[in-house]
Amino acid sequence: MKQAEFEALHTAQWERCDEILHHPMAEGDSLPGLYRTICAHLALAKQRRYSPELVARLNDLASRGYFALYGAGHREQRLWLRFFVLDFPRAIARNSRYVWAAALLFVVPGLLMGLATYGTDDVVYSFFEAGQVRQFETMYEPANDRIGRERSSEDDWVMFGIYIYNNIGIAFRTFATGLLFGVGSAFFLVYNGLAIGGVAGHLTRAGYAVTFYPFVIGHGALELTAIVLSGAAGLRLGAALLAPGQLSRLGALRLAAAECALIVYGAGAMLLFAAAIEAFWSSRSGLSPGVRIGAGAVLWLLVLFYLSSGRRRGP
Amino acid sequence: MASELDTLHRVVTPENIDLQAECAGPVSRCLAYLIDLGVRSALLLLLALAPLFLDGAGFGLLLLGWFLLDWFYPVLFEVLKDGQTPGKRALGLRVVHMDLSPVGWNASLVRNLLRTVDFLPAAHLLALLSMCLTLRFQRLGDLAAGTLVIYRGGVPPAVPLPDVGARPLPVALDRDESVAVISFTRRSLQLSEERKRELVAILEPATPAGVSDPVQYWQGVGLGLMGES
Repeated sequence: MKQAEFEALHTAQWERCDEILHHPMAEGDSLPGLYRTICAHLALAKQRRYSPELVARLNDLASRGYFALYGAGHREQRLWLRFFVLDFPRAIARNSRYVWAAALLFVVPGLLMGLATYGTDDVVYSFFEAGQVRQFETMYEPANDRIGRERSSEDDWVMFGIYIYNNIGIAFRTFATGLLFGVGSAFFLVYNGLAIGGVAGHLTRAGYAVTFYPFVIGHGALELTAIVLSGAAGLRLGAALLAPGQLSRLGALRLAAAECALIVYGAGAMLLFAAAIEAFWSSRSGLSPGVRIGAGAVLWLLVLFYLSSGRRRGP
Repeated sequence: MASELDTLHRVVTPENIDLQAECAGPVSRCLAYLIDLGVRSALLLLLALAPLFLDGAGFGLLLLGWFLLDWFYPVLFEVLKDGQTPGKRALGLRVVHMDLSPVGWNASLVRNLLRTVDFLPAAHLLALLSMCLTLRFQRLGDLAAGTLVIYRGGVPPAVPLPDVGARPLPVALDRDESVAVISFTRRSLQLSEERKRELVAILEPATPAGVSDPVQYWQGVGLGLMGES
C-alpha cells in the first residue's frame, strides 16, 4: 500500500486518537482499542518505510497513548501521611547501617573536639578564627536577653529564613556530595561534627552553658539528626558506587537514589520543623532554662522514638 | 545507517513497538540552563524588592524565596510543567524517565540535588564531561535518577510537495532505493537547484533517454512511489 492511500484510509482514526488524548473525558471510542490500532499503524509505517514525517506523527501519538494508558500516576489519598508514618521510618530502618556510620562520623569527631576545647584554651583556635570565636562568645553571653546568632533586628522571621536557607542547604549538600564515592558526605559530617563539638566545648569552658544548652537542645533534636540522615543518604550513594554487589554500578546507583530520595524528603521536613523551633521557640529566654531543657529532652526522645519506629513496623 | 548516527533512545512497549525520542546534547542544555539562570536572577531581583515594603519579615521572605529558587526552581517546573523549566521550554527540551514517562518528584529531586556535584569543579564541568562520555548525554544527576533530557518531539510541520505530476517507474527499484527517491522528492523544495541537479546526476544511468528535465522527472517518480497524483 502506498503512503498516500494509507494516510487517506486512517487519518480519521489518528485525528480521533489525538482528540481523545487532548480531552480524555470525551465520549466515543475508548483509548485502549484506538491505541493498539495506532501501534499497528506505526509498526506498518516503519516496516513499509513510509516518510519520516508520518512515522514521527504516529510515534508521537503512540508515545502519548502509551503514557495515558500505562504511565497514569496513581494518586493515593493522604500520601504524605503514609510517607511520615510508614515510608520514611522504614527507609531509615532499611538503611540503618548507613545511618549508624553517619552518626559515628558526626558524633565521634564532635565529642573529641568538644572534650579538647573543654580541656584546653587554645584548641578551639586551631579550627575557628579568633573573630569567629569572639562572635559566638558574644552570641551566647548570658547577659543577652535573646540568644541566637546575630539577632540585631529581633525578627524571628528573618532568622527563620536564614535557618532554612543555611541548614537545609547544608543538608542537601551533605547528601549530594555523597556521589563522590561517599567522600563529600563523610567530609561534611566530620566537619560539622568538629564545628558543633568545638563550639559546645568552648562555650561550656567559658561558663556559658546556661544560655547555650537551653537554646540548642530544642531544635538540635531535629537538626542534628536530620544532618546525620542526609549524610547517611549520601553514604548510601557512595556505597552503591564503591560496592555495587551483584548489580552494575549504574543499576546500584539508581536503586540507591530512589531510596535516598525518601530519606532526603524526610530530612528536609525535619529541618523545616527545626528552623521553626529555632526561630520561634529556642530564643525565648523568658522561660526558665529548666523548662527549655526539659522540653528539649522530651523532643529528643520523641524524635529518636519516631526515627526508630520503622524497625518495629517491619519491612 | 541513521540509527547508528542519530542520538535516539528507544523504548519497546508491551505492544512490541519501538517508541523513540531524540536525546538533547550539551549545547542546547547549556543554553536552556543559561535562560533559566536569567529567569531565576530576574525572580530574585523582584524578590529583593520585598524588604522595601515588608521590613524585617520581608527579608525573611527573601531568604525563603532564595532557598526555593536555589533548590526547587527546576524541581517544581519539571514535575508540574511536564518536564520543562522555562529555559527547556524555550529550547524545546523535556525531562523524562528512561522509559520516556513524565518525570516524577523523586527523580526530579535527585537529579537536581545532585547538580551540586555536577557543578564541580566549576561551571558544571563534571556534568559536561559526563554528558560527553555517556551515550545519551546524561549528567551524573541524570544517571542516578534514571532520567533523560529529550527534544520535545511533536510532529514536524508538513513540507509541501513539488507540483510536477506523478510518473511511473522507469526501472524496478528495491526498497532502499525507492525510499531514497521518495525522500529526495519530499526534501526537494528545501534543496538548492545545484544540489538537486547534483543528486539527480547520480541517477543518470537509470534516467530514460529523451528526458528534458531530469530533476522534474525524478520528482514525479517520487510522487508516483508515494501514491500521490
